[in-house]
Amino acid sequence: MADLSIDFVGIKSPNPFWLASAPPTNMGSMVERAFDAGWGGAVWKTLGEPIRNVCSRLASIDQGPQRMIGLNNIELITDRPLDVNLREIRECKRKYPKHALIVSLMVESKREAWHEIAKQVEDTGADGVELNFGCPHGMSERGMGAAMGQVPDYTCMVTEWVKEATSLPVIVKLTPNVTSINPPARAAVRGGADALSLINTINSVMGVDLDTMIPHPNVNGLAAHGGYCGPAVKPIALNMVSELARDPEVGVPISGIGGISTWRDATEFLLLGATTVQVCTAVMHYGYRIVEDLIDGLSNYLDDKGHTSVCEIIGASTRRVTDWGNLDLNYKTVARIDHAKCIQCNLCHIACEDGAHQCVPFTQIDGKRYPVVDEAECVGCNLCYLVCPVPGCISMVRLDDGQQPLTWRQLTNRQPAPVSGD
Amino acid sequence: MSSDTTPLLSQQEIEHNFREIAPPLSQAEAILEANRCVYCYDAPCTRACPTHIDVPSFIKKIASGNLTGSARVIFEANPIGATCARVCPVEVLCEGACVEKTLMAKPIEIGRLQRYATDAVLSKQRDVLQAGAPNGKSVGIVGSGPAGLSCATYLARLGYAVTIYERKSLAGGLDTYGMAEYKMSQAVSQDEVAQVARLGVVFKTNTEVGRGVSFAELQQTHDAIFIAVGLGATSRLNIPGEDLAGVYDALAFIERIKSRDWASVPMGRNVAIIGAGNTAIDAVTQARRLGAERVLMIYRRTAQEMPAYHYEYELAKKDAVEFLWLTAPVEILADETGTRVGALRCVRMELEPNNVGGAARRGVRPVPGSEFVVPVDIVIKATGQQKLRAWFEQLPGVELDEGGRVITDRETMRTANPKIFAGGDCVNGGREAVDAAQMGKLAAQGIHESLTGERVEFVGARSSV
Repeated sequence: MADLSIDFVGIKSPNPFWLASAPPTNMGSMVERAFDAGWGGAVWKTLGEPIRNVCSRLASIDQGPQRMIGLNNIELITDRPLDVNLREIRECKRKYPKHALIVSLMVESKREAWHEIAKQVEDTGADGVELNFGCPHGMSERGMGAAMGQVPDYTCMVTEWVKEATSLPVIVKLTPNVTSINPPARAAVRGGADALSLINTINSVMGVDLDTMIPHPNVNGLAAHGGYCGPAVKPIALNMVSELARDPEVGVPISGIGGISTWRDATEFLLLGATTVQVCTAVMHYGYRIVEDLIDGLSNYLDDKGHTSVCEIIGASTRRVTDWGNLDLNYKTVARIDHAKCIQCNLCHIACEDGAHQCVPFTQIDGKRYPVVDEAECVGCNLCYLVCPVPGCISMVRLDDGQQPLTWRQLTNRQPAPVSGD
Repeated sequence: MSSDTTPLLSQQEIEHNFREIAPPLSQAEAILEANRCVYCYDAPCTRACPTHIDVPSFIKKIASGNLTGSARVIFEANPIGATCARVCPVEVLCEGACVEKTLMAKPIEIGRLQRYATDAVLSKQRDVLQAGAPNGKSVGIVGSGPAGLSCATYLARLGYAVTIYERKSLAGGLDTYGMAEYKMSQAVSQDEVAQVARLGVVFKTNTEVGRGVSFAELQQTHDAIFIAVGLGATSRLNIPGEDLAGVYDALAFIERIKSRDWASVPMGRNVAIIGAGNTAIDAVTQARRLGAERVLMIYRRTAQEMPAYHYEYELAKKDAVEFLWLTAPVEILADETGTRVGALRCVRMELEPNNVGGAARRGVRPVPGSEFVVPVDIVIKATGQQKLRAWFEQLPGVELDEGGRVITDRETMRTANPKIFAGGDCVNGGREAVDAAQMGKLAAQGIHESLTGERVEFVGARSSV
């Protein structure tokens, strides 16, 4: 069995699976149960000045029978007294010395306030701090959370303040509610961040009750935008993680967050450059027990691939992400339909007809009408392959020989320089 | 022995036995199942449905929470969609063609989803079809079964004044009187009849054309006439003892069950059903539900030749019916009273070696010296319905084929008399309700074109391929 243990900027963890700072890490008894279930680490729900929450707080979207493919919340940081949290953190770390215990922090934009809370956390014996510069709702209206993460200079400045006050590893948690993820990430690194974690939740309105016409979640007839998370956000998170993993001006370890429900999701984050991953929504949906298959699935995957340590695959796919201009324009695939497997649902036909390039016409074969790809017209877009419900029925087949790759960058560099008309 | 209408089981036991074989889907089940549908384009299920209901469309509307729209899609293509949802042989129609059957041997439960959608509007009397502006023309329909109801619906939508003449006290034909009670109750059929009535269609029940009202009167009253009279009583066995007390016609037997007045339903401990069609299955399964201890299904050919659908045969097997294959009744014997059934004398049959003269089925012949007697209390004849040859003699210009079926144009359902159209069992010789519904649709199109010169095409009038 492969070694799943991780050293994340000096924080030791028996596996790369951490609970994100969120309701599942609200208190000591919860974190302890999570560790018992197998979680390698946990980021304690954000500490700060105690707040008051509203009711209700959560809303979700479903996809067919699948509940909660996306979840949104307007719950704020911890509503428990600071001293209670600090005491429980200390006890928890003492009981679980081999697990990673990180504490999320968010206080007002004052140097003394950050100094004070960082020192208090260091005193508990926790392994690190995570600066919550990402919460998009509520706290941002008070100049905290995403309000800090959206202004790179603030991100840098507050990170510096925390680094002044503690020797603990400092992880900066970034908000995705920015035009580009790179400037705030670079600012955090400039400010001394040891690592980054992303993504925090995305600004969202989850929907509207069609009977009452009140958006979700309803707080006495009104709603506010909340933070969106869950399986639906994974592709956004993967993009941002991979952007930072290949940014030479970042160059620090990343804890990947966003829609991780299965070991497959987690492995994708690792391959794209995350060293650990953090999970919340899937636990809110199914409980701490999901970590068992996260560990088991990743372990079996590593064994099957011949790896002895999870560290061997971290960032293995990072170099496979590039700019569009570096893609080979001469790479050519077409779809092929295996008519022995085709069930004649015709989804490939109508998808291509109305959504692509009209190159999956019908043909009579042995008295039955089958969709058949017109390879001369097929642009290899994948759409038919994506909609086909039958495993292995449509495959994408490579036609070019790979001998003459040509990128758009190469193509445009070859163009003669425009002639200046003097 | 006791009178043959003394129930063998308690009221509660019988009610339990006649509970629905396919109960309604819960909301959770319906949504799960609707989402399982892959939403085929030009779907095999739609092509397999005789009325070509756009099945993926109505299923996706269930998934989206648009039950009114879902029911509209169904009823626009099939005005008796709630009946068909319960009685269609879906395993050889829509569900048999479902790609999920190909993919995972588990077709989408189209019939039950169709019921879910149609129940939603019928229970609220939420009308999804509207009558057209009156066009001043009138059509008379003889028979209120599937074909008649369907034709009436489409004609009402076009603005016709429609009157349906029905000899029975309740409208609906076999939907009301002929469906196995564990599949559907009369209430469903009556809800559908009410839906048609709300389109302005006039139902003249207890009105038999040829008795209460003459066909000539109909011809004077209406611009066109649609004949949807179905078939007649069950064919006679033509064996001694056939008129003894305790010998029933399967349809008459089922009709008594439909009242749910169990005390009026004839039943005995030992029951023999003659025939192996779908009606015979309905008779044996319901005889068992009424408490018969031994139910024999007697058929002169083998299981391979039986006309009943596989699904129906399986039902009978589950109900522990005994099958006497290659057996024919030769005489019904009286009991000690001399007036009632006491036993059935049968003879073993054997299949003839070849299909003589290219016949569809192999012939059978009795095995000499193989006669035997089984004690029975009730004999139910289910050997197919007779054609109403004599009744058709009153219709001027209407021609029958050698099998007694009305000859019509396949697309317009017009008979040899240009003012008379026909559809349903009297034309196809006896098929499913859904086939009759489709013929009613085609007839409405044919009548409209004949009376106005305008061609209309209703949803599902033709298959896409």
